[in-house]
Amino acid sequence: MTYDLLIFGFFPYLCIIIAIVGSIWRYSSDRFSYSSLSSQFLENRQLFWGSVAWHYGILAVLTVHLVGFLFPKTILLWNTEPMRLYIMETTGFTLALFALVGLVMLIIRRFSSARIRTVTSKMDAVLLTVLLVQVATGVFTAMFYRWGSSWYAAYAVPYLWSILLFKPDVTLVQNLPWVMHVHILNAFVMILLIPFTRLVHFLAVPFEYMWRPHQVVIWNRRG
Amino acid sequence: MDVRAQISMMFHLDKCIGCHTCSIACKNIWTDRKGTEYMWWNNVETKPGTGYPTKWENQEKYQGGWQPKGDSIKLRVTDKFRGFANIFHQPHLPTIDDYYEPWTYKYSDLFDAPAGDDQPTARPVSLITNEPINISAGPNWDDDLSGSKIYANNDPNLEKLNDTQKEALFEIERLVFFYLPRICNHCLNPGCVASCPSGALYKRGEDGIVLLNQNVCRAWRYCVSACPYKKTYYNWKTGKSEKCILCFPRLDSGQPPACFHSCVGRIRYLGVVLYDADKIEENASAPEDELVERQREMILDPHDPEVIAQAEKNGVHFSMIEAAQKSPVYRFVKEWKMALPLHPEFRTLPMLFYIPPLLPVLGYVDKDKGVYDVDAKDYFGSLEKARVPMQYLASLFTAGNEGQVREVLEKLLAVRLFKRAEQVDDISKELVDDMLKKTGLTAETCEEIYRLTSLATYDDRFAMPPMHREYVTELTKGDPYEFKAEVGIGGFKNQPERGF
Repeated sequence: MTYDLLIFGFFPYLCIIIAIVGSIWRYSSDRFSYSSLSSQFLENRQLFWGSVAWHYGILAVLTVHLVGFLFPKTILLWNTEPMRLYIMETTGFTLALFALVGLVMLIIRRFSSARIRTVTSKMDAVLLTVLLVQVATGVFTAMFYRWGSSWYAAYAVPYLWSILLFKPDVTLVQNLPWVMHVHILNAFVMILLIPFTRLVHFLAVPFEYMWRPHQVVIWNRRG
Repeated sequence: MDVRAQISMMFHLDKCIGCHTCSIACKNIWTDRKGTEYMWWNNVETKPGTGYPTKWENQEKYQGGWQPKGDSIKLRVTDKFRGFANIFHQPHLPTIDDYYEPWTYKYSDLFDAPAGDDQPTARPVSLITNEPINISAGPNWDDDLSGSKIYANNDPNLEKLNDTQKEALFEIERLVFFYLPRICNHCLNPGCVASCPSGALYKRGEDGIVLLNQNVCRAWRYCVSACPYKKTYYNWKTGKSEKCILCFPRLDSGQPPACFHSCVGRIRYLGVVLYDADKIEENASAPEDELVERQREMILDPHDPEVIAQAEKNGVHFSMIEAAQKSPVYRFVKEWKMALPLHPEFRTLPMLFYIPPLLPVLGYVDKDKGVYDVDAKDYFGSLEKARVPMQYLASLFTAGNEGQVREVLEKLLAVRLFKRAEQVDDISKELVDDMLKKTGLTAETCEEIYRLTSLATYDDRFAMPPMHREYVTELTKGDPYEFKAEVGIGGFKNQPERGF
């Protein structure tokens, strides 16, 4: 029990706090390092297949996670009919497969091309491993456990809410299969890595471009 | 009228000898770091030729610049929606192979190779991977190779030429070519600035220099694609874009940019022009054949009291206005209408102007005799016999408008004839008067053009505004010593190293 409390009750907070403090620290002290560190300039073709599949796949998967997080009851209600459960599981599986295939292609590209290897850091390798574990456990769940989506809505979401509301309830996830445990804990490792890897680039979505005028003029001596 | 000041440039192509001193001066100061080896903020190309990066003028491939849309214009490569849709892979980004893979030589092998039957050699190694490579391209790979079937034939500007014109241009052993030095044009309607999703690029209000804040850059690389001149570069090592900064730290300390300062042929002129920023969109959207004229129209007379009043109201410092009144660029571009922008059809309103080359006009190919000939009676030749077809120059400098190129070349000829008549006295007065009448030049103007072209001193060529250290100090908002220990410019707190 104490062991469970340590890894499911304490570890998430540790990761989240480090991620928030670390990101702010990095942004304020080393803004130059905030970059997507694109390597398209050195290798273009493989990147297209890998990056597009990975990013759209993972964004769709994360969106579905978010919907489940906000409306868990809807998911459970949807899943009551076997047919609808199949639709849900198949959709999730397909999207995750997209992400997985993209990620694997990106990993192969990163370590097979000599040019790309020169711009690969140790943290890139760590990040890719963590992402691979995360997506692989997700795909595994979708493939071998029929109730993955219901488990998420019924157990993981209340657990996540309990974390968010500072009343961690580890009993909710204690009895899930080990694959799910890895999936949950690895997700927090992913959050932990944000300020220490190129993952910071997701904080750089350029929304401002939507409404700013095309041309930017900066006056040193005005206003 | 929204009057702004712009530090503007003019290159006199008749004086360029293609020595690349400018490129080296720039390289040694700005782009000798890891990740920037392939960048040449200043480069010199042989024309006709494919340039650097290869075929950069071909916007079907690179999608740079603006294109008309309704009454206005839009970027070719991106817009507010596509910017997001293509955020994970940019469809039109040039890759390192469109430039060249930078390399060095393994010089240590010359000393360290074990004794053997062969001479040791220094093999070329890539500066990216450190692996041995076969060099297959370089920044000036087709230097002086005009006429070559492999390189010059692919020049996008040759598309509009007919076969006879091409033949005359490329006749073997009688080739004609000239050099085209290029730096960032510091445009009035820059594609790089407009395309940056992060808003990292901006135009400095005081002098119009286009700069890139690397602390804001997030490596979306749209600036690289959207610049039709391919003068923004991606540093693959730091994951940030970089570009020509017109040596603003040198300007701020009263020196001209390094490429200007080092120019052996003294082809480069630098000066302030005042322009009307209200007209940017309207004039960038003009029909193609009007673009050159409309851009000229935006440049305002710095002696006009109304312009001066508006400029001062707009916060343009009086020293800037004074510099504009002495600007050689203003004289060549606006007063004498002799300098033209490069590829105005890209619609970025470039503020680097060129005087097209006249020199090859002397010789022509006599089809009957099959020889290259110079007409002794008509020593200065006529434009009809020009070896470089007018259409080629028009494709480069006036979006295809031959008349505008002809006007400039006639003026160059007129000045020559005028000085020849004056100094050697072997040209009839009628001919000279005819030329002056035709071009609308007067004897005084010819003399001024001649002096500013051939006898211009350092101060004539570089009419820079005086530095304003008092404002620079204000900018640091407090203790100027606070920034003293920082690396380089732009206030990096750390070494500009690649993120983790």
